[in-house]
Amino acid sequence: MRKTIIKQRKVMENNPGIDNSKCIIVRNVNKFFGSKHVLKEINWEIPHGRIYGLLGPSGCGKTTMVKIIAGILEATSGETYVLGQKMPKLSIMNKIGYMAQSDALYGSLTAKENLHFFGAIYGMSKAEIKNRTEEVMELVNLSADLYKPVQAFSGGMKRRLSLAMAIMHNPPVLVLDEPTVGIDPLLRKNIWEELDKLAKQGVTIIVTTHVMDEADKCHNIAMMRGGRLIAQGTSRELQDKIGVQSIEEAFIYYGGQQDES
Amino acid sequence: MRVRALALRILNQLRHDRRTLALMLLAPVFLLTLVYFILADTTPVINIAVVNAPAGFEDKLEEYNVRGQRYSKNEARLALERGEIIASIKIVGGKSFIEVDGSNPTKAKTALAALEQAKIDVFISRPDLRSEITYLYGKEDLPTFDNFGATLIGFIIFFFVFLVSGISFLQERTSGTLEKLLSTPIRRWEIVVGYVLGFGVFTILQAFLISWYCVYVLKVMMIGSFGLILLITLLTAIIALTLGILMSTLANNEFQMIQFIPLIIVPQIFFCGLFDLPADIEVIGNVMPLYYIADALTEVMIRGSGLGAIAWDLSIILVCSVLFMVLNTLLLKKYRRI
Repeated sequence: MRKTIIKQRKVMENNPGIDNSKCIIVRNVNKFFGSKHVLKEINWEIPHGRIYGLLGPSGCGKTTMVKIIAGILEATSGETYVLGQKMPKLSIMNKIGYMAQSDALYGSLTAKENLHFFGAIYGMSKAEIKNRTEEVMELVNLSADLYKPVQAFSGGMKRRLSLAMAIMHNPPVLVLDEPTVGIDPLLRKNIWEELDKLAKQGVTIIVTTHVMDEADKCHNIAMMRGGRLIAQGTSRELQDKIGVQSIEEAFIYYGGQQDES
Repeated sequence: MRVRALALRILNQLRHDRRTLALMLLAPVFLLTLVYFILADTTPVINIAVVNAPAGFEDKLEEYNVRGQRYSKNEARLALERGEIIASIKIVGGKSFIEVDGSNPTKAKTALAALEQAKIDVFISRPDLRSEITYLYGKEDLPTFDNFGATLIGFIIFFFVFLVSGISFLQERTSGTLEKLLSTPIRRWEIVVGYVLGFGVFTILQAFLISWYCVYVLKVMMIGSFGLILLITLLTAIIALTLGILMSTLANNEFQMIQFIPLIIVPQIFFCGLFDLPADIEVIGNVMPLYYIADALTEVMIRGSGLGAIAWDLSIILVCSVLFMVLNTLLLKKYRRI
């Protein structure tokens, strides 16, 4: 045990940026799929308790980036740290709630069975599972559909259940890949309020989106294009810096700048 | 714990999926019953016209499951043309003149063999010179189904488990749940073992039902221990399961999984001992799981052998299953390295 602690310290000494004030640190990350260069020299730091929006058109590498943070994929070069630990690491994966872009649900199982399964996989106790199932289903407004098989769910309901599954085990880090697609505006508002609440409790949240107006709800924004992180900051900062009135314009500006360089 | 959760989930999925459940439990019973009826009545009615033969010849024919009736020469020809009889015989001075309808080779062969035997019986009427036959394995008039039955039980379990487990694992991948699963701290081997356990529990039920049905309802010849049959069928299910999961990682969709049937399942039928093949081709059977399964089942059911006689077969099946599981775990690296 002591040995591992010493080892970890060493890593931290060698990488002075690995301090506890940052929840997620991405350093010089490159990712290739075959000869395709999907992520190019990404450097990104996310402090604790923030909602960080990862903004960009489809195909820009958002999903690959968050999968590397979630520990499912590995970078070809560069390092990723979550909660001070180098990813991928199984013990850290217990502390991350991941919501995939496609609804990863078992259609023939009921909502309850889906939640119970992942609860057990995350090593929760029976009592915990029972309590959390009620809580998270309440949260995503699906309490009435607990015993329905998921294949009878609408697209929006599946999306909400996926979210419920991601937060089921109370993870301190949430990685949500396009969480609000197909969810009606009222419920979307509820979900954002809930994410705010979680962030206030100290949960660090990464949300990918290609909907610009959702970006305004994030504390910070990172913009991606063509595998590069092209700009970071709060929505206001990004707009003020170049004197535009919408995040959309800002995106076009920063994207264009990237092309020139 | 995670293994248990995964196994329970698979059982839950099966429980909700009534059709798959029926496919796994009722389809084998249905198929076995059909094959039973096809093979049980192995002697179809074969009519032969006897134009000229010594007295008592028809009775001898009857012993060889052929019905002989006296016909005139012209009647015989007419009946043969109409397909009412399969052959006509005229014995003159000890020499047979046989006209036979060769369009159904099986019936023609049976008829000819019966005619030849009946003739020998009629002319050599010394009972003391008759061969004495002792059945070392099997028994007189063992229906073909009994011979096939042992192998069929193995084959049917193998086929259904292979398909259902393979497709189930494939869906895990195509539905994105595998990725979600890999975002959790579950280890790769836990996924594989969970699958084997979940389906394993279910296949105990299936193996029991099929073996019980064959032995106690269809009354397939069975002189060995029922417990051993259960053990063999369970191992059959496990090897089919691990092979199915392994193959599913090589398939991109359900259709490609189906494509493995003619490649992996069907050839095994030819090599598992049901058919006689040239010796140098038959060797290929040694690399097919079903060959060992069929051998073990035949040993127990028809020869009444004990565990010792099938230990070799069982250990090969077991070693292959473990090998497939290790390969599965390694192949999952394609989706997550750790």
